[in-house]
Amino acid sequence: MTERTRGRSARRTVAAAALATGLLTAVAACSPGPGGNASAGATRTAGPVSTDVAKAGKVTLTEWDQNTDPGTDASTEALNKAFMAKYPNVTIKRVSRSFSDLKTTLKLALSSSNPPDVVQANQGYPDMGAFVKAGLLQPVDSYAKVYGWDTAFPSQLLDLNRFSTDGKTWKSGSLFGVSQTGEIVGIYYDKAKLKSLGLAAPTTLAGFETALAKAKSSGLQPISYGDADKSPGIHIFGVVQAATAGKAEVRKLVFDEGGAKWTDPGSLKAATTLRGWADKGYLGSGFNGESKDQAVADFAAGKSLFLVDGTWQAAVLEPKMKTNVGFTALSPAAGQPPLTQGGEGLAWAMTSKSEHPDVAAAYIDFLVNSNGMKVLADHGNLPALPQADYRPAAGTVDADILAQWKAVSEKDGLLPYLDYTTPTFYDTLTAAVQELTAGQLTPQAFGAQLQSDYARFQQGS
Amino acid sequence: MAVTASRPTARKRPADAPGGRPARRRGRIQWKGYLYALPALTVLTVFLLVPLGQLVQISLFHWDGVSASTWAGFANYTEIARDPQLRAGFLHSLVLIFFFSVLPIGLALLLAAITTRASRLRGVSVFRALIFLPQVVAMVVTATAWTAIYAPDGVLNTALRAIGLDAVARPWLGDFTTALPSVGLIGTWLEIGLCLVLFIAGIGQIPGELYEAAKLDGAGAVREFLAVTLPGLRGQITVALTLTVIAALKTFDLVYVATHGGPGNATSLPAFEVYNRAFGTGQVGSACAIAVVLTVVILLITFLITKLQPEEDGT
Repeated sequence: MTERTRGRSARRTVAAAALATGLLTAVAACSPGPGGNASAGATRTAGPVSTDVAKAGKVTLTEWDQNTDPGTDASTEALNKAFMAKYPNVTIKRVSRSFSDLKTTLKLALSSSNPPDVVQANQGYPDMGAFVKAGLLQPVDSYAKVYGWDTAFPSQLLDLNRFSTDGKTWKSGSLFGVSQTGEIVGIYYDKAKLKSLGLAAPTTLAGFETALAKAKSSGLQPISYGDADKSPGIHIFGVVQAATAGKAEVRKLVFDEGGAKWTDPGSLKAATTLRGWADKGYLGSGFNGESKDQAVADFAAGKSLFLVDGTWQAAVLEPKMKTNVGFTALSPAAGQPPLTQGGEGLAWAMTSKSEHPDVAAAYIDFLVNSNGMKVLADHGNLPALPQADYRPAAGTVDADILAQWKAVSEKDGLLPYLDYTTPTFYDTLTAAVQELTAGQLTPQAFGAQLQSDYARFQQGS
Repeated sequence: MAVTASRPTARKRPADAPGGRPARRRGRIQWKGYLYALPALTVLTVFLLVPLGQLVQISLFHWDGVSASTWAGFANYTEIARDPQLRAGFLHSLVLIFFFSVLPIGLALLLAAITTRASRLRGVSVFRALIFLPQVVAMVVTATAWTAIYAPDGVLNTALRAIGLDAVARPWLGDFTTALPSVGLIGTWLEIGLCLVLFIAGIGQIPGELYEAAKLDGAGAVREFLAVTLPGLRGQITVALTLTVIAALKTFDLVYVATHGGPGNATSLPAFEVYNRAFGTGQVGSACAIAVVLTVVILLITFLITKLQPEEDGT
């Protein structure tokens, strides 16, 4: 019996060893993702381009978007319906997800064997850059020429959707999509409260700080701020940094154009300023534990003078505050055009594996042409290209927003969102802002923390 | 051989087995038996072992989730050791073990001991259902409700201010010192019901004579608890420890909903980082490496806990 046992255990050892070696070889041999030498990048660039959708035969077009808020949801539905009415041979299958759900599932969907035809891709290295690098999106340059996107959009909006085909250089190279909506981060103010303090709407950072101090001293909460969700921190820091660092420096930092550091004086001053606001109570107390929605609701209920947020909040504020809410963007100094974070909505892009690129392009054009922009505006959204006849009633927040959008986008005042900087920058920056405002980090250490993420990214690329 | 013979299980076997059959049986592999296990084994392989193998495989690569990957060797693992934020995540997990396991088990033991003093409780089943309720409620709901309680103007702070404790009121989940314990206390609230139900059931199985004997010997409440209840509950305590420690280590949804790992990174946890890196920041290889380490840690700790199990239960 002992003989047998020994024989068996020996056999088992051999089997285990064989299995282990086999597994290891397997692990080393095949790697996750597409094959190492698979030529990533665009393959279907050349070839004739057709704009005749009616001749395409029966087509089912699948699109993924992030238009879940009432305004954009309604306009997308309306445009999809109109497109299908115009081209009865096309059926559009819409998949709509919230921004964060889209962000987490789009990668899996795109790398599947049967991806959607048209998707909304977020600008920047983490999303669009990664997709382009993996060859999942196709360049739309030829369509841009045919449909005139290259002339209709200002170049600073187009550039945000450009990438080199290896996905490594942003803002130049091929065009990978166009955007429907415009958006900027700015300052909402309570008109009645501002008037009672004897102040006009601030247009510079200095003016804004004066208003903050005056509100505080008269017992009014200066800013409604809730950073428990982490994203508002990016916006408030960005608004300050735009004014203290200036557009050249911010662009150098975010677009990785070299020669700028997050520890430079401009960014340091922004951190110092924001820390000062927190220390003086301008941001309220307990802001790191308060939700963004609560802060917006507080401002809408008249509990504070200002709210620093994006144009997308107008649809939430307007019904509650009517004409008592105004919107402004800050300039670095009096007389200069406003400068602020913003850009355009997610780009409508085409996947490389789409079997109907011509139909997909025609659909994208339908979304962004003059009629598309009009439908957007009709549903209360800020179109990226406001039509000449789009004139919101004077005194409404929509009129303020349109005026600021024009001032910012037409005078080269758009600054990129700071989380575009590196794939991990959203996490790094949001955590660091929470630590800065809570007094856990000095402005210097704050800059160093951002710079270390930045340096790691620069070394890797 | 001498080692094997000294094991209680080995000693028992001859008595259990009538006749000489077992000797013959042991030598032969029962292929039919494997056949019966085949369906379960297939499911296990396809849905568990293969993904687990892939997890380990991907952890050895740098991969953004979509484009070609590059061989990383153990770089993703060494990064865990070097990255202070990841190390902090594992430390936060240890803190959570205190709140998810130690605290609820301690409290549940105390409560269970008190209930044993009551000779007969009316409506015990209702009581049990109530304390078990937190286990039934979806974690996202729990987290959302507790976020509202902990909010700057939430129930907790309102109550504190009402009794004049304004100085204590704070944004519990937004404060760097209180965020992690606050998340932990949600875990305590969650797990205490589970532990209590386990212990009350366990106490029901302890022979009443033992308590009588203890009383006759003049044992007080504390003595009775230490000499009768606690040893009698060893099995249940092991089960409770295993379940709650795993719950602590795999905590994700609670943090995802309540704090997003914030303020700063004060409540970031390994499981949260796994999700964040895999789906947020495109560091799939690193996410898998963290998942592997987390799995190994969980296995190791549960293995250590089973060592506490009374040996009689092991057969």
